[in-house]
Amino acid sequence: MARQTPLLDIKGLTKHFDISGGLLDQLGVEKGRLVRRHTTVKAVNNVSLSIQPRETIGVVGESGCGKSTLARVILGIYPPDRGEIHYKGKRIDALSHEAMLPYRKKMQMIFQDPYASLNPRMTVKRTLEEPVRFHYRTLTGREVGDRVAEVMELVGVDPKWAGRYPHEFSGGQRQRISIARALMVDPEFIVADEPVSALDVSIQAQILNLLMEAQAKRGLTYMFITHDLSVVKHISSRVAVMYLGAVCELAPTGKLFQAPRHPYAQALLSAIPRLGEKDPKHVKLKGEVPTPIDLPSGCVFHSRCHYAQDICRRDIPLLREIDDNHDVACFFPIQ
Amino acid sequence: MGHLLEIQDLVVKFGLRFGDLTAIDGVSFTLNKRERMGIVGESGAGKSVTGFAIVNLLSKPGYIHAGRVLFEGIELNRLSDEEIRKVRGNRISMIFQDPMMTLNPVLTIGTQMTETVLAHKEMRKTDAMDLALEKLKKVYIPSPEKRLSQYPHECSGGMRQRIVIAIALLTNPSLIIADEPTTALDVTIQAGIMDLLIELCETEDMSLLLITHDLAVVSQVTEKIAVMYAGRIVESGHTDDIIHTPRHPYTQGLIKALPGALEAGSRLNQIPGMMPTLTDIPPGCPFHPRCSVGVPRCGTETPILMSVNDRNQMVACHALRRP
Repeated sequence: MARQTPLLDIKGLTKHFDISGGLLDQLGVEKGRLVRRHTTVKAVNNVSLSIQPRETIGVVGESGCGKSTLARVILGIYPPDRGEIHYKGKRIDALSHEAMLPYRKKMQMIFQDPYASLNPRMTVKRTLEEPVRFHYRTLTGREVGDRVAEVMELVGVDPKWAGRYPHEFSGGQRQRISIARALMVDPEFIVADEPVSALDVSIQAQILNLLMEAQAKRGLTYMFITHDLSVVKHISSRVAVMYLGAVCELAPTGKLFQAPRHPYAQALLSAIPRLGEKDPKHVKLKGEVPTPIDLPSGCVFHSRCHYAQDICRRDIPLLREIDDNHDVACFFPIQ
Repeated sequence: MGHLLEIQDLVVKFGLRFGDLTAIDGVSFTLNKRERMGIVGESGAGKSVTGFAIVNLLSKPGYIHAGRVLFEGIELNRLSDEEIRKVRGNRISMIFQDPMMTLNPVLTIGTQMTETVLAHKEMRKTDAMDLALEKLKKVYIPSPEKRLSQYPHECSGGMRQRIVIAIALLTNPSLIIADEPTTALDVTIQAGIMDLLIELCETEDMSLLLITHDLAVVSQVTEKIAVMYAGRIVESGHTDDIIHTPRHPYTQGLIKALPGALEAGSRLNQIPGMMPTLTDIPPGCPFHPRCSVGVPRCGTETPILMSVNDRNQMVACHALRRP
């Protein structure tokens, strides 16, 4: 793949959340003295990633690894603590609200639960019109109406139903409407956060097909967040594996699934249930995921890694290219 | 010898103001000792209701309208509440999806475990505690002694589910019904729990009825599978047969809809439409409005399960039968 200007370039992104609570919650006694303690969740730590136009980058990892936080920081829903976000070469992480508006239009999000992400008191028509009216103030009512009909057609919901409310639709149809809402403002980049996890298999296939069709028709770039590795394998061109707030492996999908190089990626991939596979060889990990409040020193994975050495406990491995387009954050990648 | 569990023409209805809704319509299957069986289907297919009906846990307005549930030769659906309590949680244990809902948040794990033992067996409390410890070791809980005095919130999701399994093992049941036991858990933890369930079935002489929507999981764990759709079993047989040579159009569609089997980026096979709700199950074969191979009588006559080979693969489909 020739390296063109990336659509999005993320450098050293870090996001911590302070969960200390009020003053009284922070106070504690240590060696007989009253001390004030801050508790922070280190959700995303020093993540760098560049996303090429028209690609689908999958982000996988287990609950609490920071994949959703990463997406939200990229979209500007949370301000980053450190790091830079560049959109087509322009830095956007420190823009004012007004200056950010044209970029918000270009970046949209689809959420997991179509029951929670659609306003139950708004008709489908109003839900779909709202972002267009906000971002394209010069459009006439008729033009907006045409656009609603066009996008509803595209996602496979009959425009006749535009006057209905979300509860009148099934889960799969609601997810189509969520996708329609994201497409309304003609975005270039869409973050899909677990878009099919709440759906049944036969409906899941319909939605994945729809997402792939929309990408082909409109030249979209996706960041596809999921814990379902078989979905990621199917839809993405590249995959980033996250563990405890850091990207531990980033590679083209085929390469990653064939031969993961990071020990965590290897264990994660071995755990995917495969249809009809008897006696699966699961790579078992020691212990459990540490809490992101107290990150382990050095490599965040060392406490569970079978190959950990002294250096892993001391130094943090950086993501480095060990093969063409294949980045791993490990001192001793699997050969 | 008879089967461990035998379900015969089970019909479960929900009595509502506007009339009865049929949730399970004539389900029959058998499970032998030490056998692992999976019930697969999408939301609303009736898999959980089947599980609940077996142990008489249907809550009002649900009731067993017809059929028999035979377990170790006893007809469970005729037992009184008191009698069924001696079977449920004792000879048959259940594991549910969300371990936080199953465990009592205000009791220590030790208390919850001994409570279960003492409800079914007469023994000293210290012996019950020893038994609890032994079972916690069986499910590979690290530092089990410490866990006994901890509360559920102090354990991770995977650990909690292991504790629930340990509780299920306390009375040495001969059957475990696991209803989506790993759906709320991450894949690496799911893999561990499934490995554990397989191992326990073998070492503890138990049978497993695994209820899940995940075909891939079921294919790795069970020996036979029943696929449910709209309250009926549409196909059943050995796991290998169902996965590699499915015959019912719904099973075929489900397997083809799974990403992973196809070349990446290609269009997934999709089954048009969606599962009917209980209020509008179509006449005839409930799958016919979504089916691509229908024959004329699918819309009028409900197909029954018929054997399609000599390995006990059963399919309920008109299109498979010669006219």
